[in-house]
Amino acid sequence: MKRYETFDHRADIGIRGYGKSVEEAFENGAKAMFSVMVDINDVKPVDKEDIDCEAPDLETLFVEWLNNLLSNAHLNGMLFCSFKVEINANKLRGSAWGERLEKHTNHLMTEVKAATYSMLKVVKEDDGYIAQCIVDV
Amino acid sequence: MEIKSLKKISDYIWEIPAEDEMRVPGRIFASEGLVEELDDNVVNQIKNVACLPGIQQASIAMPDAHWGYGFPIGGVAAFDPDEGGVISMGGIGFDISCGVRTMRTGMSREEIQPDIDKLVNRLFAIVPAGVGSEGKIRLNPQQIDEVLISGAQWAISKGYGYKEDLRFIEEGGIMDGADPSKVSDMAKKRQFREVGTLGSGNHYLEIQYVAEVYDEEVSQVFGLYRDDVVVSVHCGSRALGHQIGTDYLKTLAEASRKYNIPIRERELVCAPINSPEGRKYFSAVCAGINCALANRQVISHLVREAFSDVVPKARISILYDVSHNTCKIEEHPVEGKLKKLYIHRKGSTRAFGPGRREIPEEYSSAGQPVLIGGTMGTCSYILVGTDTGMKHAFGSACHGAGRALSRTQAKKKWRGDVLLRELASKGIIIRAHSFSGAAEEAPGAYKDVTEVVDATHKAGLAKKVVMLKPMACIKG
Repeated sequence: MKRYETFDHRADIGIRGYGKSVEEAFENGAKAMFSVMVDINDVKPVDKEDIDCEAPDLETLFVEWLNNLLSNAHLNGMLFCSFKVEINANKLRGSAWGERLEKHTNHLMTEVKAATYSMLKVVKEDDGYIAQCIVDV
Repeated sequence: MEIKSLKKISDYIWEIPAEDEMRVPGRIFASEGLVEELDDNVVNQIKNVACLPGIQQASIAMPDAHWGYGFPIGGVAAFDPDEGGVISMGGIGFDISCGVRTMRTGMSREEIQPDIDKLVNRLFAIVPAGVGSEGKIRLNPQQIDEVLISGAQWAISKGYGYKEDLRFIEEGGIMDGADPSKVSDMAKKRQFREVGTLGSGNHYLEIQYVAEVYDEEVSQVFGLYRDDVVVSVHCGSRALGHQIGTDYLKTLAEASRKYNIPIRERELVCAPINSPEGRKYFSAVCAGINCALANRQVISHLVREAFSDVVPKARISILYDVSHNTCKIEEHPVEGKLKKLYIHRKGSTRAFGPGRREIPEEYSSAGQPVLIGGTMGTCSYILVGTDTGMKHAFGSACHGAGRALSRTQAKKKWRGDVLLRELASKGIIIRAHSFSGAAEEAPGAYKDVTEVVDATHKAGLAKKVVMLKPMACIKG
């Protein structure tokens, strides 16, 4: 089964994570987002950052999670490649692993400005969950 | 888009009649060809904006309109706070006050050409660009507050430019109403090392020459003559603006629920202008505008440094600096009554006609310079604001070409390194921090800027003054 992917949008890029659980779909959604910036297979999960956030519903929680990751990555000069998420009553406790951005400055692609509400969806399908939205690049 | 569903007002003005919950009609300024190419999503977004409380006159789309977040990119809407008007995130965007600044160099193409390689290399070396790039300036929390209050004036007080520059920047380089306390610590921290950086994506710094003059009289007022070399910078408020957007996305989502505002699309989250949330967001947006103005001012200084190193004869002066992702308080007549309105321009350039007090004295008789960036390797335009644009579109014009192909489609179609070689064979030097980023920005991935500008001109929103062609371009 596909774990994450990006999809086409006229001006920007869509990101999508699949998972057996909502948590896994959120983790893979984060991978999809960072794959817009860098080949995440080249990034080593050396340093860890913790990220907690909450929102009134699961869909906005997904956008919150992604935007918190972007802020944290930018502030600490990091690129993330691996994620762990726990969700309880629309409260998320997450961790992200990655390494310093300087190690990858030669093959960075596009900067993601923010995750948006556009085409935002967190849904259960037959064989698992999908979490997706458009990111502004 | 089915053109039959629109009411034709003129060859370049199309109306979506007000229906259902629409408070005003939709108005599209475009040629028949551009209207036919319009995505149905754009039409829906124009309609959705027309449903927002307090909207005045019409929900407007520019010739380069494309599918955006809530508002179309290329969308303009005016709201009256006294009629329950709102301030909406979708009408401003994440890159607050993204805009274009064009500078004269006092040099001709012939004079610059021998040194062009050296000049581009120097600019590439000293103007930080690309994902994760940092500027030389390091700020602390108190200093960032000064940036957010004083905009370009802050930069000048630190030696980045001359006082004279300020008059040729919208708002005189300082946006009133900015309140740094309404900007989160996270937003400020993210900006500590970002002032004076170009960014990535469609942001660029370009050395251009005047290739065509359409309006001799106005071009003289702007101090532009055939073969003159100019430098244009396209960038915005960087991480600080993005973080303000992210922070207020949440605040405005709550406010939309709290005030029970009927929004048809989640990205239209908004708050009444006259509410604590609305006032707070507006103050933060003004701070974001100042951040962008300071940013472009510092970059201008770096441009001056590079020129003085390589071609010391050059004299860099600001032609104008105009933002295309903003919400600003402006006075406009509506049904014969002068009103103070909150004008949202998302991917639309302010284009004030002659005589407006906001325009620098030197340009007052002609109108405001309207700076339209083309795509890498094609051409850019300078237009001038008109009375017609004031009447029909609150003094607004297009902002660029608008994408025709998605980034993924562009990357499949072009390879960055091959593309750069092709442009080089046409005599255009490109320095890019990312090959794949360059491929995404391939000229073929955009609508034809000339068609967009011609439609703007023919609709009367702004008049063509000169066309600029690139000599060299630096991409993030």
